[in-house]
Amino acid sequence: MDNTYLILSISVIAVITAALRFIPFAVFSANRKTPNIILYLGKYLPYSIMAMLVVYCLKSVNLLVSPFGLPELIGVLVVVLLHIWKRNTLLSIAVGTACYMMLVQIVF
Amino acid sequence: MKSLFKTVIIKTLPVMTGYIALGIGFGILFSSKGYGIIPSVLMAALVYAGSMQYVAINLISGGASLITTAITTLLVNARHLFYGISMLEKYKGAGKKKPYLIFALTDETYSLLCTDDYPKDIDKGKYQLLVSLFNHIYWVTGCALGSVIGSAIPFNTAGIDFCMTALFVTIFTEQWLSTKQHIPAIIGLLAAIICLLIFGADAFLISTMVLISVALILLKPWLLKEENNG
Repeated sequence: MDNTYLILSISVIAVITAALRFIPFAVFSANRKTPNIILYLGKYLPYSIMAMLVVYCLKSVNLLVSPFGLPELIGVLVVVLLHIWKRNTLLSIAVGTACYMMLVQIVF
Repeated sequence: MKSLFKTVIIKTLPVMTGYIALGIGFGILFSSKGYGIIPSVLMAALVYAGSMQYVAINLISGGASLITTAITTLLVNARHLFYGISMLEKYKGAGKKKPYLIFALTDETYSLLCTDDYPKDIDKGKYQLLVSLFNHIYWVTGCALGSVIGSAIPFNTAGIDFCMTALFVTIFTEQWLSTKQHIPAIIGLLAAIICLLIFGADAFLISTMVLISVALILLKPWLLKEENNG
């Protein structure tokens, strides 16, 4: 295990994450009005970004080779349906992950 | 003082269960890639960003370049810019506590503190500080626990990576159910799929983000009209 690489990577992630949290407080003082376009993007970006992150997680799924992304499809469907039904974040994640693990370890 | 602690514990209870569970998931996953309790706790304490830490496991175990890691962090955590914008007023006058409050502003802490939902006789600054600190402690504890569990109980972890997918799918579904305006979510989905097909799995995040921003800005007049009608 390359410790230098690990420490550098964690530092990069930590510094950038903190910077993103601090920037608004540095740029927009509470006295000035925040530009409308920022407020607008702030409102709608989270929805688009979450969709992007879902695709990011599934980016390596190969639909042309067996099992044709079936475990992922079933796993995602279980999470979505369970969440629509119970709206319990933890339950959706736990059951969805357990299903997927069973599918890749036993079924496919 | 006692009522302050009691209020904070009750308010943060849902976050506690969530953070311990997701933290354990992170710890197990990170240790399944061969990283022990120290990197896990370091990441939890210093990065303290759930979804980014899950993404970081892929980056670090896959040997991503520091530039890729930096850009991915920017993209995944860009939403924090907007949390900050809406907390400008609330953290005004927090004094010495302010830097920590800003550092610890996660999605969940934001969701608890963006509404002033606590008894009036409690000191606002102390309340904000304790909510932020308790959530941070829950998260570090979860990640440490997961790391210990992951290395102590050897079990077949194949497929456990899916808990990250499940986390994002859950948030996506929750967002979808909580609004009538689905255009931004659909834009994100389409943009990501189009860019994935064009640029490939290793290089589609930046182009997706640009495409999303352009699409949202172009659709601004229309989305705002919808908003006023709905």
